[in-house]
Amino acid sequence: MDAEITLHVDGRERTFTVDTRTTLLDALRDRLGNTSPKKGCDHGQCGACTVLVEGRRINSCLALAVAHDGATLTTAAGLADETDLHPMQRAFLDQDGFQCGYCTPGQICSAVGMLQEANAGHPSAVSTGDGPTGTPLNDEEIRERMSGNLCRCGAYVNIVAAINQAQQAAPQVRQES
Amino acid sequence: MNPFSSRPLAEIPDGSVAGVVMPHDAAWDHVTGKALYTDDLSHRFAHVLHAWPVQVFVAHARIDSLDAAAARTMPGVARVLTAADVPGINDYGELGDEPLFPDEVQFHGQAVAWVLADTLEQARLASEAIEVSYTELPSIITTQEAIAAGQFQGPRATLQRGDADAALATAPHRLSGGIDIQGQEHFYLETQASFATVDESGQVFIQSSTQAPSHTQEVAAQVLGIPSNQVTVQCLRMGGGFGGKETNANPYAAVAALGAVLTGRPVNVRLNRTQDLTMTGKRGGFHATWEAGLDDEGHIVAYKAVVTADGGFSVDLSPAVVSRALCHVDNAYYLPNVHVVGRIARTNKTSHTAFRGFGAPSGMIITEDLLGQAATKLGIGEEEIRRRNFYAPGQTTPYGQVVSQAGRMNDMWDKLKDTSDYDSRLLEVAAYNEAHRHSKRGLAITPVKFGVSFNKPVLNQAGALVLIYRDGSVLVNHGGTEMGQGLHMKMMQVAATALGLPLRRIRLAPTRTDKVPNTSATSASTGTDLNGGAVKNACEIILDRLAPVAAGLLGVNSHDVRITGDVVGALGTEQTVGWGELVETAYLQRVSLSATGYYRTEGIHFDPATYQGNAFKYYSRGVAVAEVEVDGFTGAYTTRRVDLLHDVGSSLSPLIDLGQIEGAFVQGAGWLTQEDLRWDTTEGPQRGKLLTQAASTYKLPSFSELPQVFNVDLYVHPTDDGSIYGSKAVGEPPLMLSIAVREALRAAAAAFGEPGQQVELPSPATAEAVYWALDQVRRPADTAAVAAD
Repeated sequence: MDAEITLHVDGRERTFTVDTRTTLLDALRDRLGNTSPKKGCDHGQCGACTVLVEGRRINSCLALAVAHDGATLTTAAGLADETDLHPMQRAFLDQDGFQCGYCTPGQICSAVGMLQEANAGHPSAVSTGDGPTGTPLNDEEIRERMSGNLCRCGAYVNIVAAINQAQQAAPQVRQES
Repeated sequence: MNPFSSRPLAEIPDGSVAGVVMPHDAAWDHVTGKALYTDDLSHRFAHVLHAWPVQVFVAHARIDSLDAAAARTMPGVARVLTAADVPGINDYGELGDEPLFPDEVQFHGQAVAWVLADTLEQARLASEAIEVSYTELPSIITTQEAIAAGQFQGPRATLQRGDADAALATAPHRLSGGIDIQGQEHFYLETQASFATVDESGQVFIQSSTQAPSHTQEVAAQVLGIPSNQVTVQCLRMGGGFGGKETNANPYAAVAALGAVLTGRPVNVRLNRTQDLTMTGKRGGFHATWEAGLDDEGHIVAYKAVVTADGGFSVDLSPAVVSRALCHVDNAYYLPNVHVVGRIARTNKTSHTAFRGFGAPSGMIITEDLLGQAATKLGIGEEEIRRRNFYAPGQTTPYGQVVSQAGRMNDMWDKLKDTSDYDSRLLEVAAYNEAHRHSKRGLAITPVKFGVSFNKPVLNQAGALVLIYRDGSVLVNHGGTEMGQGLHMKMMQVAATALGLPLRRIRLAPTRTDKVPNTSATSASTGTDLNGGAVKNACEIILDRLAPVAAGLLGVNSHDVRITGDVVGALGTEQTVGWGELVETAYLQRVSLSATGYYRTEGIHFDPATYQGNAFKYYSRGVAVAEVEVDGFTGAYTTRRVDLLHDVGSSLSPLIDLGQIEGAFVQGAGWLTQEDLRWDTTEGPQRGKLLTQAASTYKLPSFSELPQVFNVDLYVHPTDDGSIYGSKAVGEPPLMLSIAVREALRAAAAAFGEPGQQVELPSPATAEAVYWALDQVRRPADTAAVAAD
């Protein structure tokens, strides 16, 4: 069965018809030609397909495109504006937060979404609950909150450094518990 | 003498960008998602056909018939590819032992045919409509089964020196043991992918995620039955390779090419994750038995081993893998009397292949295992027994090569012991273990000595093509492929250094076989050494031609011309001209502005019959200290701290090298502690099936397992000779630094028992494996306490 949907992707409105079984990842890559989210496993296990939907990070391979009709999406290709990189992109570049680069667009979207979650007060499995949440996160928090994004090259050290740089650069938000 | 091309390989000109901190070459494209991988290309073409394999899910069977009649008429199906469609040779293997469309299934999930259709779903549905009938044959799954059945393949190798039997007979201390070292799935995040088109002249163009474009070209030409000049292979970049795309990209490139030739349409072959895991080769497991004799001081005086590699169903690169394993059983240690036999088991599994380290890690683990156990038995500290066995200057390896820079190992060892506070932490660990009954810590230090060069001497050559345009811009082509190791940036740094230009002048072209022919795979950590030598050579050939032009402009002798930072000057004059002016003047004077460069590694030879020779150009070294904490109830552990010191010579690109060291360590630690490949070894209907078919069951290293404290340093020393700008290879060697984690786990497990008890630790040392290891040695009173708790 086909359905017509509209997605707002990286600042552009796109209306098109999809088979209702189409994942958001396939819709982005195959239908809209946005190949910045990558297909690493197609099972929600590697995080290479991570995009931001209404600012929240999701594995786009596990989402159906029709379930997000009308949604606003941001991919790594849309994070930068015309003139400059997003601070998270700049940080990955400065800290050499990648090797082969295949997981990188997903890592960056995930990191942006992760800091927003922390700023919104969402705890993680390692949050102690007896202090304020929000950014800046310590390394243990970053590692735990990013653990759904695999990097087979093992660039984790530099990715943590990049996220640290980005959260230092951005306005810090503290949620009082 | 030519003014520029006579410069020594290791001499770094003043003001160069060799050794400057740089990001990866496509860094901007990676962070914005603009960097294209092979599977991103098909979206740019119309009328693309998508391929789906017809996999047969049985470990071993003879195909009786394959009926594709129904599939051929299904919607969207353009072609079903079978053996009958192959115009050339139906094989992609090293020894003609890997049919592209086989009539015998040799592992569970082998593809016997492919379907091409307008959409992937149509191809998949049609593949399921193909009826394959077969007769099941007896199968061998494990290495032990193959050994019992005497089922081997490829050559049998023997590494020998002195008289190991005699030395063993008279040794004051004798030990023996055996170990099964499990394999490893590459899990490059980008699965195997190839995209093929055919132009109006019949030229086949394959874009492939391959580490070896020339080899991929040869295989495709062989399958198509056409000369190599009719096939071009390009690799933009890979989303990880790790050895898994050294030969394993070839069949998929051949399928894409065959489909494109037969249909005239672009063909995209991209394995999904399950197909990739079930169809492609991995790091093969190793089974080893060993005997060793030691003197009272802990020196290994006799070393005997039989090493059996699981080759899977075909030979592939296994002979070279075994060769590298045998040439690395010594690691950093002098073995006076050695007898090691290496052989390759043939099993009904995917054909195992290259994986970072290429047999060397398994060879080293056998000896580190031996030393770990000997330390306990002889009551000598683990650090002490290792150091006592180090090569002394002038000593030779079992294959007869003098160990260059032997003293560097001791220096690095002492430096890292110092910076990691090894001695005081050893006391702290002992105090912790004294105070904690159900939690123990372990601290270990291990060395790595890794020979750099392909074990097969012929492969140690490379080419490059450098083009200078009239505006002064430079385009560099070389034979190496980029898979995240930063080779392209290093080649740009080499070109800029050789030419005396800023990096902005240099652009790197994608790796293509019609630019640089007959290239070796980008593997064996040789990418920078070989291709760097060739790029430098090409640049200097052009400079030799430009020197007289510059000399004329400046009124000096050609030999006095110097180019630095875009400025052309000369000794003894203040006068200069710009690079652009020089290039334009050369053009007007009809001087050629392009050149091919070539490099061959000098001084290496190896005789596989006697296992003797100067196998390696030089040795790369590293030292690792690791500390772990193990829970006695579950075997679960954390890596508390890791310190690494690694020798990359004069680093060409320090940021990239540090990343390689960290990443290799993480990948090695994954292999040794978490990644647990399992096959169905039962006699049931799924015999031979890979049970760990996804990241949900095959545990890859994530952020969570990073050492809590992770210190990584480059070893600083005077510039090395004999390699490109004094740098050393970095791709593989640091993977073996992770052996320190394994030895730390052994030490922690041992701490649950009485002093002097040997701990046998399987590989991978998963939490479960560590639990059983420590439970073997646990004091009876503690076992009771565990039960009571």
